[in-house]
Order: sequence, then C-alpha cells, then structure tokens
Amino acid sequence: MSTAPTSGAPTEAAAEAAALRQALSATPRPPRPSALSAALTFGWRGMLKVKHVPEQLLDVTITPVMFVLMFTYLFGGAIAGSTGDYLQFILPGVLVMSVLFTTVYSGVALNTDLTKGVVDRFRSLPIWRPAPLVGALLGDSVRYLVAGTVIIVLGVVLGYRPGAGVGGAVAALALVVVFAFALSWVFTTIGLLLRSPNAVMNAGFMGIFPLTFLSNVFVDPETLPRGLEAFVDVNPISHLVTAARGLMEGTAVGGDLVVVLATAAALTLIFAPLTTRLYRSRG
Amino acid sequence: MTAHPTLAIEAIGLAKSFGATRAADGVDLAVRSGSVYGVLGPNGAGKTTTIRMLATLLTPDAGSARVFGHDVVAEADAVRGLVSLTGQLASVDEDLTGRENLVLLARLLGLRRAQAKARAAELLEAFGLADAAGRLVKHYSGGMRRRLDIAASIVVTPQLMFLDEPTTGLDPRSRNQVWDIIRALVAEGTTILLCTQYLDEADQLAEGIAVIDHGKVIAEGTPAQLKASVGSGALHVRLLDPDQRPDAERVLVQELGAAHAEPDPAALWAQCADADRAAEAVAELARSGVRIAGFSLGQPSLDEVFLALTGHPAEEHATATQEEPAA
Repeated sequence: MSTAPTSGAPTEAAAEAAALRQALSATPRPPRPSALSAALTFGWRGMLKVKHVPEQLLDVTITPVMFVLMFTYLFGGAIAGSTGDYLQFILPGVLVMSVLFTTVYSGVALNTDLTKGVVDRFRSLPIWRPAPLVGALLGDSVRYLVAGTVIIVLGVVLGYRPGAGVGGAVAALALVVVFAFALSWVFTTIGLLLRSPNAVMNAGFMGIFPLTFLSNVFVDPETLPRGLEAFVDVNPISHLVTAARGLMEGTAVGGDLVVVLATAAALTLIFAPLTTRLYRSRG
Repeated sequence: MTAHPTLAIEAIGLAKSFGATRAADGVDLAVRSGSVYGVLGPNGAGKTTTIRMLATLLTPDAGSARVFGHDVVAEADAVRGLVSLTGQLASVDEDLTGRENLVLLARLLGLRRAQAKARAAELLEAFGLADAAGRLVKHYSGGMRRRLDIAASIVVTPQLMFLDEPTTGLDPRSRNQVWDIIRALVAEGTTILLCTQYLDEADQLAEGIAVIDHGKVIAEGTPAQLKASVGSGALHVRLLDPDQRPDAERVLVQELGAAHAEPDPAALWAQCADADRAAEAVAELARSGVRIAGFSLGQPSLDEVFLALTGHPAEEHATATQEEPAA
C-alpha cells in the first residue's frame, strides 16, 4: 500500500502516517453508556452552544424583563388601582407566561438541528433512543430556570414580596420549570412535523399565545364573560398560575398542584414517545 | 488482516420509495469483510438511500440486508454497534469546536471523561487538526471538516464504515489526504463502503465496485473486470491550453469518430484500440496547431465504462455538484 505524502518533508509525512496508524489501531468498544449518561451528554452539548453563543440567552433574559415592566406599569393602575398591588398579583403569572413562551424555542431548535448532518450520526449510534431529545430539553430547562430567576429577582427589586419567602419562590420556580419541560415535548413534536423553523415558531406561538392570555395571568376570571370564564377555569395554565401564586404566597394549593403535575405527566407520556418515534423515522 | 468467513454486507433486493420516486429499486450487494467496496453512480442514483438503509436510518420498503450477519431492521441496535457513518452532509456539529465534537461522541460511545479527552486529543493530532481543536467547526475549511468527520467515525474503531462521497467538494490535496486515511483504515481491518460519483476515486481505492443507476445495480466486479467488459482502449490527451479543447475535439472526431471531454478542462479522450491510428491522430493535432502537454493510450477509464454501461456520461451529473475550484 502506498502512502503518498501530500505535504512537507518525507520524514514529516512518515511521522504523520505513524500517528495515524496509532490512532487507528483498534480502540476497543466500551460498554454502552446508561440512558441517563447519554441524555446528560446531550444536555452538555446544549450548554456548550450557549457557551459559544451567549447571546442566545438574550431572549430568556430581556423578554421577561420587558414583560414585567410593561404589564406592571401599563395595566397596573387601571386594573388594580396601583402598580404595586398589581405587581404582587401579576408576578407569578408573568413568571409562568415568560417561561412557557420559551418552550416554543425547543421545537424551533430541534427543527433547525434536523437540517444538519450530525443528526444522522446521532441516530446511527447505539444509544438510548430518546437521549438526544431528553438531553436537549434538559439543556433547555436551564434556560427556563434562567428566565424564571430573572423575573423573580426583578420582581423583588421592584417591590414584589413573596409571602412564603425564598422557599416559596424556589418551589414555584421549580413547578413552572417541570411543567415547561413537559410542555416542550408538544413543541418538539411540532418541530418534527413541520418543515421549517419559522413554521414551527408561528404554529407554536399561535397555540401558546391565546392559551396564556386566556388564563388568570392578568385578571381575575370572575370579571370575564361566562363562556370565557369557563374556559379559563379549565385551562391548565390557569391551574399552573394559581399553584405558582399559592406556593409563592404560602396559601393552600393541593388541588391545583395535582392538576398541574398530572397535566405535565400526561403531556410527557403522550408527546415524548411521539417525538421519539418521529425523530427515529424522519429520514 | 484476518479473513472473516462472513460477509460484511449482504443486501438482497433492497427497495425504498419516496412518494412516486423509487430511490432504490432492488439493490443487491455482497461486500467481503476487510475490503473497500465502491458504490458508483451519478447523483440521484440511489447511493445515499442505500447507505441510509444499511446504516439503519431508513427502513426498507422491500428486500433485506444483513451487516456481519445482523438484520438491519430486526437487529438494528446490534448493527449500530458495528458501523459508523460519514454522511454526505458532514456529520459533525458546526456549533461546537473540533475537540468538543470528538469528546461528545466518545462520551456517547461509553468512554469515561478522561478517556474521551485523551482519545479526542489523539485523533486531532493524527488528523492534523490539533491547531484547530479549539475553533468552532463552522470556521473549518472543507478538508478539515471532512477529516474531523472521519475522525468522529473512528472514535471507537467500527467494523464497517460508510463513507458517502467523502471527497465531494474537496481540493486535490485534501482529497489525497482523505484517500490516505481510507487506505490506513482498511489496513487496520475496517471494511469500508465507499459511495462516490468520482470514478477515479473508486478506481484508486476499491477492490470491488457496484455501478448503480436509477436505483439498481447495473454492473458489478473489480475495476479491471469492469474495464474489460467495455473492451477497448482509449487515447487520452492533455492540452497546454484549455481554450484549445474545442479545436482538439474537432480533430479527434474527424480522426477517430468521437471524442469526449474529461472533468479536467484541459483533457479529453477518444475511444481507440489501435496504436497506429492513435499516433496518427496525435500527429494531426500537432499539425493543426493544438499544443499538447501529454497523451497516453491505455485501458478505458471508469468514466468510459460508465458511458458504455448507462449510455450517459457520469460527469454530466457530477459537475453539477462539484464545488471544487479548477485551480
């Protein structure tokens, strides 16, 4: 076999060839990684992307800040009589809304990823099938956490006081992130069904926008027309908002918590396998 | 190299349609373990579809295939543990650095953190990418990306490697580097299925070749057998000035009945088995003022084989996707 040197002195080429042979000499195949380890590795991939392009975090930091300021100072006086009272009412709702808006991007990111050759490599690896998806969503959960933290901190700076203290705020944040993780599976499914990232974004916001506004984020549902009130009362996002408010204020929330966690479990059980199946078969 | 009694790939009647298009229409392949096997055909012939079925990324509509005895559908996971894939789109993550790409794959293949880092460093060094290890892959040149892609495929040595057009779009120097890597891989015992639209590439590397067109294998054999099946020799002429190619073509048509352009803009060839007539044609070129850099009379090239087998030249398709500068 001829190893035609393509550059440099023959000795250099020989050294290169030797290094190549060394690198090629069989690396034995280790046991395959556990499902958790594979998923965490994909989560690490998500973190690396944020590290290389930190601007990606702008949408999860600037947008929530805008929401808090706009809704508090624009509607506060009109709806609650004072901006301070309204902030106390709206902050848990804006927390829910901002984090849930961010979940649409999980679908957009997956759709973008699919246009790249690297997905073929992932799909041809002997790993736990949903690992790339679970890992990506674990990485996205960090983004949800960032968005949520920004909102709570900003709220406290503007005068919001959680009745249940830091513990209550942390519990509310955790609940919202868990629900967001579950809801993300809906958008990853959409991300695999539609052709372009833009289509995913449009479809995603067309769904999430009315669902968050037609809830108890901004107003007391009792002020609404009866039909609308009925919808708002069954909207799972209302239950999430009520649960988040309850956790932050330290009031009882048992029933709402059950509804929220059951909805999250149902979304995951339906859409996670669906996403995995679509990811496997899209080819 | 140890002789395996089994075949690395055995495909029977593999078929896959996308809508009304029959991308693969009954592909049969038998690839001996330890060799480079070339699958040769123009764009859209069904090469990539065939590879994707063999690599478990697509489920065949009909037919069956085994990789080292494992069925690609029923035992997909076992197959995934034996193969690795270098796709037509580079199968690396552009938004990560070269090192991160290799560490990511090493971790996914089960190496521990320290082992993964060491393996990545070793591969970057061997593939001449050590200096670029910390740079994002989107800033890599085409040749660097290909080398990283192949490095990513051998983080853990695969038994069978699919290379889908590994040199498309590369300059000649990077292409030679990739060829050296392929030769070294085979010397270490890996079986390679090489899809290419460059006949020259299959001729250089492959021990057996299947020529595929419209989703079917239309010819199969060693490069020598395929050439012999066409049966005649050819006169190859290289010109000093590519602008004179039309003149040269006219002369050769007149002398030998037909002439064909080659991918190299300064080269052309004509079918001709007789040395005297070839000499006469070259003399006529010189008389008519065409300046010749070199000429040779030899066996037909695979380009000619393809023309003879399919009735249309391979480059017609190939040039459409060729990004390679003529420099």
